Amino acid sequence: MAVPIRVEHLNAAFGPFQALHDVTLTLPARQVTAIIGPSGCGKSTFVRCINRMHEETPGGRVWGQIYLGDEPVYGPDVDPVVIRRRVGMVFQRPTPFPTMSILENVVAGYTLLPGRPRDLESLAERSLRQAGLWDEVKDRLRDSPLNLSGGQQQRLCIARALAVEPEVILLDEPCSSLDPISTAKVEETIMELAQRYTVVLVTHNIQQATRVSQHTAFFLLGRLIEFGPTEQLFTNPANEQTEAYITGRFG
Amino acid sequence: MNQPLHHPTRVVNRGDRLFRGILRLFGLVVLAIALLILVELWEVARPSVERFGLRFLIETQWDPVREQFGALPFVYGTLVSSLIAILLAVPLGLGVAFFLSEMAPRWLREPVSFLVELLAAIPSVVYGLWGLFVLVPIIRSLELAILRTGLSRVPLFSGAPYGIGMLSAGVVLAIMIVPTVAAVSREVFRAVPDSQREAALALGATRWEAMKVVFDYGRPGIVGAVVLAWGRALGETMAVNMVIGNQPIISASLFSPAHTMASVIASEFNEAVEPMHVAALAEIGLALLGLTLLLSALARLLVLRVERRSRGRQAAQGVTSP
Amino acid sequence: MSQEPLAATHLPLSRWGISRRQLEGRIRRRRWADRIIRGLMVASVVVVLIPLFSLLIYVGRSGIQGLDLAFFTQLPKPVGMPGGGMANAIVGSLILVGLAAAIGVPVGVMAGVFLARSTSRLADGVRFVAQVLNGVPSIVVGLAVYGLMVVPMQTYSAWAGGVALALIMIPLVTLNTEEMVRLVPRDLNEAALALGVPAWLATLRVVVRTALPGILTGIMLALARVAGETAPLLFTALNNAFWHQGLSNPIASLPVTIYNYAISPYPEWHQKAWTGALVLVAMVLITNVLARFFGRSRYDRR
Repeated sequence: MAVPIRVEHLNAAFGPFQALHDVTLTLPARQVTAIIGPSGCGKSTFVRCINRMHEETPGGRVWGQIYLGDEPVYGPDVDPVVIRRRVGMVFQRPTPFPTMSILENVVAGYTLLPGRPRDLESLAERSLRQAGLWDEVKDRLRDSPLNLSGGQQQRLCIARALAVEPEVILLDEPCSSLDPISTAKVEETIMELAQRYTVVLVTHNIQQATRVSQHTAFFLLGRLIEFGPTEQLFTNPANEQTEAYITGRFG
Repeated sequence: MNQPLHHPTRVVNRGDRLFRGILRLFGLVVLAIALLILVELWEVARPSVERFGLRFLIETQWDPVREQFGALPFVYGTLVSSLIAILLAVPLGLGVAFFLSEMAPRWLREPVSFLVELLAAIPSVVYGLWGLFVLVPIIRSLELAILRTGLSRVPLFSGAPYGIGMLSAGVVLAIMIVPTVAAVSREVFRAVPDSQREAALALGATRWEAMKVVFDYGRPGIVGAVVLAWGRALGETMAVNMVIGNQPIISASLFSPAHTMASVIASEFNEAVEPMHVAALAEIGLALLGLTLLLSALARLLVLRVERRSRGRQAAQGVTSP
Repeated sequence: MSQEPLAATHLPLSRWGISRRQLEGRIRRRRWADRIIRGLMVASVVVVLIPLFSLLIYVGRSGIQGLDLAFFTQLPKPVGMPGGGMANAIVGSLILVGLAAAIGVPVGVMAGVFLARSTSRLADGVRFVAQVLNGVPSIVVGLAVYGLMVVPMQTYSAWAGGVALALIMIPLVTLNTEEMVRLVPRDLNEAALALGVPAWLATLRVVVRTALPGILTGIMLALARVAGETAPLLFTALNNAFWHQGLSNPIASLPVTIYNYAISPYPEWHQKAWTGALVLVAMVLITNVLARFFGRSRYDRR
């Protein structure tokens, strides 16, 4: 069920400011692709285009095309809501819904819609296990998620994204607000996800990219500068700007 | 695909479109309410507006029986009583706001601001009742005391010490608008960046001198607070009606009974049988509406300007969240 | 800030052209000014709170004397006859406030959500108009509703009173709802959208749901406010000495009854007015306290 993501001539803008220029690349299925680059390089905008969240930003416009497998993400007949069911997303800061319990959070992708699917409990358990959180919360599923640590909240958000059974998981700097121990746990979870999903990980942390990803894309000023296997990109970059960035000379 | 395709990227879900339409509809309802108030008031007032026009506002004789309708005594009463209220309430309200934002220890802040807000929660008619039976006797003895000092030759303090009159109305109004002054100025002080205070303190200023800096910084907002409170005072009806004496007199004396625009509508509207009397009262309402609209728009503008300025500065200092 | 004496000896006095004594005098004067002004601040708080306590004490003391079961169960009696109560006015007030809530809450909440979710020019206009409406004197609203409902229906009515109170409530609820919805972090909305939830459900079931405690607080405060309104009822709901006779007839209310009794020449009625005021103030204050107690929104920054 995991599919590659084919991005063709993707452009994105906020009002008059163009944030992405003509990006073309293919993100392979069942792998972690890291998106790196200095702040403001368009890496967040890039992933937000994949699940059509960019257009929710006031003034957000997109042109170009993205394919999930063979199906287009943009088009007059495509419902963004359907795309977002297929492409899950986890944000920079943990975003548990404060009015719901831990359990309700995990299955929110169902309960927020009209109608009542059955067997949500086992679904919740499966998702929490996949997110590596089950053992830590199984005794307090009815508690408020706000009592969890930041790392636990972030894995809860991963579980929530997994519960709707997407094909792609987008992670937008998921560890930027976490401590090192929580970060390690989330990274472990990310690596396991790659066995079943196409995973896209935005990170400003070069070490993190080398630890968890198989491919890396380097963005600068809204342009894709280099894309390749992580090892190659970090040991033998083809582009001198890439080299400058990964050796810490800017950004 | 070789050419970048330009898509209309918004395929709005049907439920979304419906929901947005419903929300917009309710927004329009608010506009409609404003329009309706204006139109209905105009309709009721029309006979009077057509017959007297603006001259109405400067005529001094109000005698419904002889169909003489001059609203100047009411305009005068409204302006003077609210002015007294402002003169009393602004220093007090600013004092309270300063106390709460700059001086009070943390544990005292919550209860004091709660009590001050309670003042705003008490119904107008209860203020009137209290004013009539508690405040008016106090004011009466105060007036007596003033008269004994021989100040009665000053027109401001001439006349009989009824207790009921302009002074009582002004005092009750002041009590009622203090919470508005205090709450809005407190917001304004809160918008003053700490750096301003600290800079003053670091230069060796005393606490009061630092407050002056805060005051200067927030001045447009404080003016906004005053104007807002003034608008409240202009429209206040029941409490004033119960303590002002309800006589259409223009007198220089603070002790004299008087009448206000809001209070004359409250006391005469139900008894008005002549259609012109009804219309004249509605025209007073129209004038009152105009006055308060003017003030509240002005206040909004002033408060907004301060908020914008402080927001702009915060952004410039990178204080806002990423 | 402690008021330690400044170490004047270390200051380069010669450069300022003043002697040490002059400097110390100056500092002393500034310190005294500081103390006096701060004293005045404290005094202003005391001066403001005196009327509040005086009012609460008088209402409590005078009101409690007439407080008995009959007050809540019986109709008012004519002057000179002992006993009687304000049961009809209390019920009438509840009916009027209920009507106001039934009209004002949905409109106010939806308009508030509209303001919080829309960036259009229309929203800016609606916000401005709501703020202006908030400053319109309630007696003017009463006049407008007189023209809108009493004239065409040719009778004062509970309906007219309820509508007048609703019109006063709507801007209050609208502006508060907007503020509360705006306090909810955008992230939550985005998180719901990213789960494939349509925007309208994300708005209602996540954003508005999260803001709900604050929205409810605003509604309760608005209800407490209109429950005490007298002026807009004078020529819409009018008054009624008997039990209510349907919504298309005049209806008694607590504030209007208090007003009529207070300005009457009869001491027995003044007593009744105080008792009515006690009941009204108790209702309003309890609502206020409850609203504050329940309504601490999780995202309230204050």
